[in-house]
Amino acid sequence: MTVRFEGIEGTGNREQGTVGSAPLFPVPSSLFPIAAIGHVVAAVLLLAFPFVATDFFTFQIGAYALIMGTIALSLVLLAGYGGMVTLAQMSVAGLAGYMIAIFGTSAGGTALGWPWFLAIPAAVIVGTLFNVITGLLAIRTEGIFTIVITLAIATAFYYFAQQNYDIFNGHSGFSAVAPAHVLWVDWRAPKPFYFLSLAVAALSYAGVLYLVRTPFGLAMQAIRDNSRRMEAIGFNVPAHRVAAYAVAGLIASVAGVLLVWFDGGISPGSISVDRAIKILIIAVVGGMRHPAGPFLGAILFVLLQNFAIDFVNPERFNTYIGLAFLLVVLVSPDGLLGLLSKLGKGSP
Amino acid sequence: MKLFILTSLNGLTLAALYFLVASGFTLVFGLMRNVNLAHGSLYLLGGYIGYEAAQVSGNWFAGVAAGTLAMAVAGVLLQVLVFRWMEGQELRQTLVTIGISIVAADLMLAVWSGNTYQFNPPAWLIGTTQLPIVLAHKSDGTAVLLPYPTYRLFLLAAGVVIGVGLWLFINKTRIGMMIRAGVDDRGMLDASGINVHVVFAIVFAIGAGLAGFAGVVGGTALSIAPGEDVRYLLASLVVVIVGGLGSVTGAALGALIIGLAEQFGLAYFPTYGIVLTFVIMVAALAFRPQGLMGRARA
Repeated sequence: MTVRFEGIEGTGNREQGTVGSAPLFPVPSSLFPIAAIGHVVAAVLLLAFPFVATDFFTFQIGAYALIMGTIALSLVLLAGYGGMVTLAQMSVAGLAGYMIAIFGTSAGGTALGWPWFLAIPAAVIVGTLFNVITGLLAIRTEGIFTIVITLAIATAFYYFAQQNYDIFNGHSGFSAVAPAHVLWVDWRAPKPFYFLSLAVAALSYAGVLYLVRTPFGLAMQAIRDNSRRMEAIGFNVPAHRVAAYAVAGLIASVAGVLLVWFDGGISPGSISVDRAIKILIIAVVGGMRHPAGPFLGAILFVLLQNFAIDFVNPERFNTYIGLAFLLVVLVSPDGLLGLLSKLGKGSP
Repeated sequence: MKLFILTSLNGLTLAALYFLVASGFTLVFGLMRNVNLAHGSLYLLGGYIGYEAAQVSGNWFAGVAAGTLAMAVAGVLLQVLVFRWMEGQELRQTLVTIGISIVAADLMLAVWSGNTYQFNPPAWLIGTTQLPIVLAHKSDGTAVLLPYPTYRLFLLAAGVVIGVGLWLFINKTRIGMMIRAGVDDRGMLDASGINVHVVFAIVFAIGAGLAGFAGVVGGTALSIAPGEDVRYLLASLVVVIVGGLGSVTGAALGALIIGLAEQFGLAYFPTYGIVLTFVIMVAALAFRPQGLMGRARA
């Protein structure tokens, strides 16, 4: 078998041959019209979805998939475009969620009761800073070590939140976390919450798509492909990498705020290793070569999570998810997007 | 003073356990560049199998042997059936180990449920031993010695024996020489006519077997329950980050530091114990990113 992860660091000798032919743009130019049409179709479908679907589908499926997709998108930015596979994105989202519960209003632990326009930016800033620090640590080493370090950080944060009652209220965490009623709208009602999630997801998606075409984004991808060459040319490789962590932290934090509202609370279980790995599964299954991948993966994941019960023993959900993940890793390393683009190239 | 001595001893015995788990992890990485995130699953599965074997045979040592051998076989199977076919693709191998750990954790939950298992070592390992450390003197002049659980002393001894054995194996035997050569230059080892796949399989068997062994002896000292796989995976990760990925000596040093730090944290500032471990990891990354014993990669 010769398939391998194109465009992800640490997959063997990419010094020779592949660098020159690696696409600088994630979407091959011949596919670009298809991508443009795809964007319009997706936008129409996503905007019309809550008016056709039931409240359950709008909230439990639609909004949840958009939020998980956004968190996975932050991983794709780092892993797919930066070659840094991190497992700490869920911790970033979780920390932002914890901060919303602590700065804003919640039940369980000590909440400061700040108004939403202070609590949200504060939570997002804390989450982003956390990812910057994670990045500063992770970039001390290269390649596969990133996974080791970020997994250690994610696990340590989980155990810390579980043991610490002063800040994180230990095992029970916080409950009754809900968005404020702003402009006379209950933002946790299915339709408003869906559109809120959609807005965040769309902005993040467009932001990533734009960012990877800026000089910064192109430098990022060049660093992914050959960091030593970029360093020799005179690029500040560590600064680029930390900046990527900052952007990814921003995206994950905003999604984390939505996630804590969706869950209605947060506890160490929300930031468990299990969930951190699910973010990686979503990104890998969807495909890490384009920002659409994580959303595709998230939709599939959420649908499976909700409806696999009807077909298989729900208690063994993790076994099926794990096997599906193994299958994708073994058969189509580029995920569903890779499969789709192969099909797309095959047809006239 | 008593607290200090007890904490030090607890730290040392925990370090022995961490070393047993982390040495297998670091050995596999050192040679095959395979970050085996299913290492915690091997630990837990070894513990469960050891428990079952000990229940059936009524002999604790049979349990230890069963757990160790079963995981060694599992390691060889993983290497021969899975990882051999994706050599050099580090990320893909790691993703596969993540998939395996998810499935393994769920299947173990299905078989052994969420209960906590505890089993007893042989009678002569139960109880306490008087250590030659004088705590106080009675009025008639006899010394009051510090009692310490015998089993934990056994754990410490097992860690030291296996550590020394591993060092001798790697530094003094022919296979050990091949392993060291493979760590330095895999291609050259292959070119000198040695079947690297056999060496890889042996190393994976040792690494996985050590995890299984640790699962049984550690499970006897503490307990076996779902979630322990993640706990010991984290311990292995932190130990090798501090000690240096790929170095067995580094694993010993890292285990010592982390084991002691964890126990002292637990004894002196309970809810922030994990922070101390974490601070050590951060400090190691900041000042010596390759780990204390790791070699800087060109």
